[in-house]
Amino acid sequence: MSTNPMHQFNVYRIGPEISLGNVDISFTNASLFMIISALAIISVFFVGTKRKTIVPTKIQLLTELSYTFVSKMISDTAGSKAKPYFPFIFSLFMFVLFCNMIGMLPYSFTVTSHIIVTFALAAVIFIGVTIIGFANHGVGYLKLFIPSGVPVVLLPIIVIIEMISYLARPVSLSVRLFANMMAGHTMLKVFGGFVISLGIIGGWLPLSFTVALTALEILIAFLQAYVFAILTCIYLSDALNLNH
Amino acid sequence: MELEAAKMIGAGLAAIALAGAGVGIGIIFGNYLSGAMRNPSAAQKQFPNLLLGFALAEATGLFGLVIALIILFAF
Repeated sequence: MSTNPMHQFNVYRIGPEISLGNVDISFTNASLFMIISALAIISVFFVGTKRKTIVPTKIQLLTELSYTFVSKMISDTAGSKAKPYFPFIFSLFMFVLFCNMIGMLPYSFTVTSHIIVTFALAAVIFIGVTIIGFANHGVGYLKLFIPSGVPVVLLPIIVIIEMISYLARPVSLSVRLFANMMAGHTMLKVFGGFVISLGIIGGWLPLSFTVALTALEILIAFLQAYVFAILTCIYLSDALNLNH
Repeated sequence: MELEAAKMIGAGLAAIALAGAGVGIGIIFGNYLSGAMRNPSAAQKQFPNLLLGFALAEATGLFGLVIALIILFAF
């Protein structure tokens, strides 16, 4: 029984083949799960904000908690100037969180375990934050590369290092989420294979480890969504407040 | 040496980077614990920083894992 742990990441077409010239834009299982995530978020928040009671019901409590969580995250890291960007950060956090969590269900597909998805998110954030920085400060945004209190002799090399680290931001942001999701799911599949191959006598050992690993993966799903969102807030704070 | 064998060796070497991730995560949590023991009331406020530090240290190790997977499956 040859089972490849990488087969779970296959993207295949569902339905007819739609192609725009040379590009294949047909509906895939990745698109299906992105739509499922979006519909799950919309339904949770629709039900949560329908009946606005003073003593909240469970779903209303969940809605208010997530709103407060993201709002506190933005105000703690980026200050009051980042308040207009709350819908963006909130949608980003909720989308990554729900995509990660829905991928933990059996037989589902983790959308964020593909580098193109996470790179699309990270590229939009990087380009957006750069444009916001230049729009707010003009050419003075380049002062981001000159940290305060640096002796003038070291300045050329510090500027180069700061530029490289700035350009590494979308790469690290996307690869962090992608690698965590892919490594976690691959490990789960590999240990699942061990359970089957060790049979009924020795199979309980990898099974218990797989259960513990699933719990860790659920924690990592939430943590990676939180880290993605908070790093976006930090980059936004750099662009808006220019504190270096 | 055939390509398959070289791929296996390369992926194995690239996975050594995860040792750095283990050390880094241990240092972060160890420092948080020693700080929390000295000042327990201030520990809860630094918990988000702990999670952020853990994720950043883990990410660096996972970059090595990504290189190992690229060597194994993309070349």
